[in-house]
Amino acid sequence: MTRSRSNPFRRVATGSIFWWLFIFALIPNAMVVMVSFMPRGETEFVELGLTLESYGKLLDPLYLQVFWESFWLATLTTLLCLVIGYPFAYIIGRAPRHLRPLLVLLVIIPFWTSSLVRTYAMMILLGTQGVINTALIALGLITEPLELLFTPGAVVAGLVYTLLPFMVLPLYASIEKLDVRLIEAARDLGARKLTTFRKVIIPLTMPGIVAGCMLVFLPGLGMYYVSDILGGAKTTLIGNLIQRQFLSARDWPFGSALSVTLTLTMALMLWAYVVAARRAAQKVEA
Amino acid sequence: MSEFVIEVKGATKTYGKNTVLHGVDLQVRRGEFLTLLGPSGCGKTTILRLLAGFETPTSGQVILDGKDVSHDPPEERHVNTVFQSYALFPHMTVFDNVAFGPRIQGVNGADLEGRVMEALRTVKLDSFAQRRPDQLSGGQQQRVAIARALVNKPLVLLLDESLSALDYKLRKAMQIELKQLQRQLGITFVFVTHDQEEALSMSDRVVVMNTGTIQQIGTPREVYETPANLFVAKFVGEINLLEASVAAVHGDGRYTIDIHGRRFELGARRSFAAQQAVNVLVRPEDLRIWRAGEPRAEDVAQTIEATVEEVIYKGSTVDLMVRLATGEALSATQFFNEDDPVFGNLDYKRGERVEVDWVPGWEVILPHD
Repeated sequence: MTRSRSNPFRRVATGSIFWWLFIFALIPNAMVVMVSFMPRGETEFVELGLTLESYGKLLDPLYLQVFWESFWLATLTTLLCLVIGYPFAYIIGRAPRHLRPLLVLLVIIPFWTSSLVRTYAMMILLGTQGVINTALIALGLITEPLELLFTPGAVVAGLVYTLLPFMVLPLYASIEKLDVRLIEAARDLGARKLTTFRKVIIPLTMPGIVAGCMLVFLPGLGMYYVSDILGGAKTTLIGNLIQRQFLSARDWPFGSALSVTLTLTMALMLWAYVVAARRAAQKVEA
Repeated sequence: MSEFVIEVKGATKTYGKNTVLHGVDLQVRRGEFLTLLGPSGCGKTTILRLLAGFETPTSGQVILDGKDVSHDPPEERHVNTVFQSYALFPHMTVFDNVAFGPRIQGVNGADLEGRVMEALRTVKLDSFAQRRPDQLSGGQQQRVAIARALVNKPLVLLLDESLSALDYKLRKAMQIELKQLQRQLGITFVFVTHDQEEALSMSDRVVVMNTGTIQQIGTPREVYETPANLFVAKFVGEINLLEASVAAVHGDGRYTIDIHGRRFELGARRSFAAQQAVNVLVRPEDLRIWRAGEPRAEDVAQTIEATVEEVIYKGSTVDLMVRLATGEALSATQFFNEDDPVFGNLDYKRGERVEVDWVPGWEVILPHD
């Protein structure tokens, strides 16, 4: 213990991570929390003081509407990612062992390009003169171009596209660990493929499902540039609202209050999951 | 109703270029305890998987209860498997594991409860119904796996190396318990193992396999005492192999066999030609060691000279390693005989000169490969 503590590499490594998080995560977050309780200033962004005014604004039906819509879009994105990602992850997880790293690599490759660039690429696909419309008209399936871009659908498509790998990777990790013999045992006991999936495969890959949903749902609330680029000004996520308070409305206290509320909501959901998982485990033991 | 619950006809299984089963024919009788015995890679597990439905034969048929099921999926076959690793569902209690099969058949309520608890009582685990598999010992998990299979009242219970994960003592106890269970329930058991001792002590019949073919099918005694070929002789139990040749053929299965220049008058079930190279096989417990000056049994006709090389005290027996003048090593198991002051004296010395023969008629003569 004494030896490892005096190990210089270890000290530098843990020390720099600690200070990095302290300076770039803890302090800014603390500042956001502070600002959310301060009044808006006339000349400066904020004034000294203590007020709950910004939190009061949150109850405005206009903003509640944004929260509601944003949650709904994130939920839809998560469900779509799950439905698309599960078969994907299952195929990779059940592929011959030597092919799996290659298939995982294919999932990761899009990460090598900035997601902002990839979102702009979606515009080329979805635009009035975009690839999809041009192709459909050329095939004679439609005469007028479809309105694809600048719709909530485009935003969901963009979010699903960007966030799909975050669903696939945790699912893959839990599917790969799944013991094939358990599937054989279920079939041996008379379960058809669908029953086996429902009663054995889903429950045993639940940790991957939950992790994937968290990793998609939480960014799904905040990826404001996706809705900026693909939703036009029409679709507003919580992320857009926050960004606007800081950059255009210049209402820092309200932006901070929104951020704090979002963070608390996420924390609450994580906590609810942990409690539910623990209760499920206890129920089995009892 | 046919005498056989399972018939495998000319089953071949090929993976790519690799043939793991070469046209196997096998019949399983109703209510018997049949063991597939062989080294790893011999095809015994493949046969079990063909019976369970996890694999389909490349050619040939699997007939279950008179019906061709070769291409039916596992869920449509009325057989159940006890897996080597038990494969208990970790997210379910013991009760739910055992209830899995009956629930799929639509059994529920008091019926379900009754059947599951009865199955758990059969394996003496009724008080563990609400535990999770990871809270049980290996032996207990094994019993749950058996209960989970038996609760479905299968035509045949398939057991894939089911005892090999247990420690020696537990395995011995489970062998007896499984055998009792099989007798009590009257269900056909097909058991796969690489442990010849396990196969001999539990089975009604043993199927000895090697490289994808059946070498011999017979009762444990037949397989042990009259092995069909050298592989069976060497795989099932320890055996001494003496190179020999046929010196003379007398007819009626009587031969004069030359073993290192000594002539033995022996009988054989097979027919051999004069001058043919053969192997004479003798089990260690049938080998007799005669010390210098020791009175000999009346039936000693001919002996071979040897030197004691190793003496291993085993408690109930003394195992000897003796070497012949030709360099071949033989092992002999000598039993203590308390009543006989001369024969009971087993304090052999290393380097001691002795003479060797065997209980007449207990040798097996096989053609040389």
